[in-house]
Amino acid sequence: MKIGVLALQGDFAEHLTTLHRLGVETAEVRLPEHLTGLDGLILPGGESTTIGKLAVAYGLMEPLRQFGRQKAIWGTCAGAIFLSKDAQRDQPLLGLMDITVERNAFGAQVDSFEADLQISILQPAAPYRAVFIRAPIIATVSGAAHILASLPDGRIVAAQEGKLLATSFHPELTGDTRFHQYFLSLAQN
Amino acid sequence: METTKGSFAVKKGLAQMLKGGVIMDVVTPEQARIAEDAGACAVMALERVPADIRADGGVARMSDPELILKIKETVSIPVMAKCRIGHFVEAQILQALKVDYIDESEVLTPADEEHHILKHNFTVPFVCGCRNLGEALRRIGEGAAMMRTKGEAGTGDVVEAVRHARTVLGEIRRIQGMPEEELMAYAKTIGAPYELVKETAALGRLPVVNFAAGGIATPADAALMMQLGVDGVFVGSGIFKSGDPAKRAAAIVKATTHFRDAGILAEVSKNLGEPMVGRNISQMPEGEKIAGRGW
Repeated sequence: MKIGVLALQGDFAEHLTTLHRLGVETAEVRLPEHLTGLDGLILPGGESTTIGKLAVAYGLMEPLRQFGRQKAIWGTCAGAIFLSKDAQRDQPLLGLMDITVERNAFGAQVDSFEADLQISILQPAAPYRAVFIRAPIIATVSGAAHILASLPDGRIVAAQEGKLLATSFHPELTGDTRFHQYFLSLAQN
Repeated sequence: METTKGSFAVKKGLAQMLKGGVIMDVVTPEQARIAEDAGACAVMALERVPADIRADGGVARMSDPELILKIKETVSIPVMAKCRIGHFVEAQILQALKVDYIDESEVLTPADEEHHILKHNFTVPFVCGCRNLGEALRRIGEGAAMMRTKGEAGTGDVVEAVRHARTVLGEIRRIQGMPEEELMAYAKTIGAPYELVKETAALGRLPVVNFAAGGIATPADAALMMQLGVDGVFVGSGIFKSGDPAKRAAAIVKATTHFRDAGILAEVSKNLGEPMVGRNISQMPEGEKIAGRGW
């Protein structure tokens, strides 16, 4: 199995490191031809406006949409925004998932935080320490998309639609590989 | 639910989100908009870019909070701001303004010639400058969650940025090859905390994100620094002191992403208009250099 990580901007190296720890073959994706031969793709954290502009400039939007109609894609933070159909702002979005997001929903960096989440799909079952950095929330989930995780106040922070996965937080910043393993199981099917 | 704000993982985490990106100095909300539209991953809100601070002389201080707030209102990307070395009250003010990162910067006139700010005391993360590994690890020891090699700000001459990046990265390569029993004496030699020297040797890189800064003026300069091994670049005077800032800013963003693709670098380097005029560092009197500020 070979997993690509969109390497336009952001913490793609952290995702690559986690995938290597799990023994997965990887590729950095900067141009459309880099998608060839991949079984799945991760859209990393970073600045969603920067990533969107670079994706438009190098003709990646349609190839990424086509990829996502057949194969697994997981967006973390900025990547989740990029997967959504609406971010309440004029910026390039893939619109692959039936979710809307609210950017910087918790405020400035001083309000960034870590929190324990209960996420039932993760094995083995144990609280998941999630890192939120100027994080978005998933404002609405509709159609075939469903909620994977919420904060105790009900705000949605992870969702899935078929082989597509969106998380507000950053599993690549922790040593906990359970979310990456879950994504690999989606890419494998 | 146990929730923690301001942990080192969260502070360092924002810098990790900036990797592979370009942080641009801006002095007005309009410039901030141009920077965001060009694909900047963050902006540094300032009253004067380093080239003007050099030209004007006098004491350079933290910017007017009103300017910083206006820039924060204008863009959705992170906004950084500078305080003077050792001026922890300027830092308290910047934290109260909820800037996303504080740069404890040698570009401003130092407020303390012996001590830097104890950055662990803050919820907001800090970036600091360094010229070598000892300086970098002292700053991280004080709580800096991101580093930048200093270069020589406001010159448009990349030579010092190269020197500082090569020095830091070269010293890391050297300690990676050392037997562990030699690390204590090396830590003493470079004046760095031993635990951080050990951690850096084990990681083979600084424990926090490390950008290049000071003198980057072209897409080729940005790609040069990336190929040398830094995580991203700061561009100060190089954009808004050039003939066509919007075009140059977008070109530097593309060059930072495609830093190994010479075909793309050639394409984005075309017709950018006049670069900033610049100052040749080899002809600059020692007293005018600012990279030496920091202890």
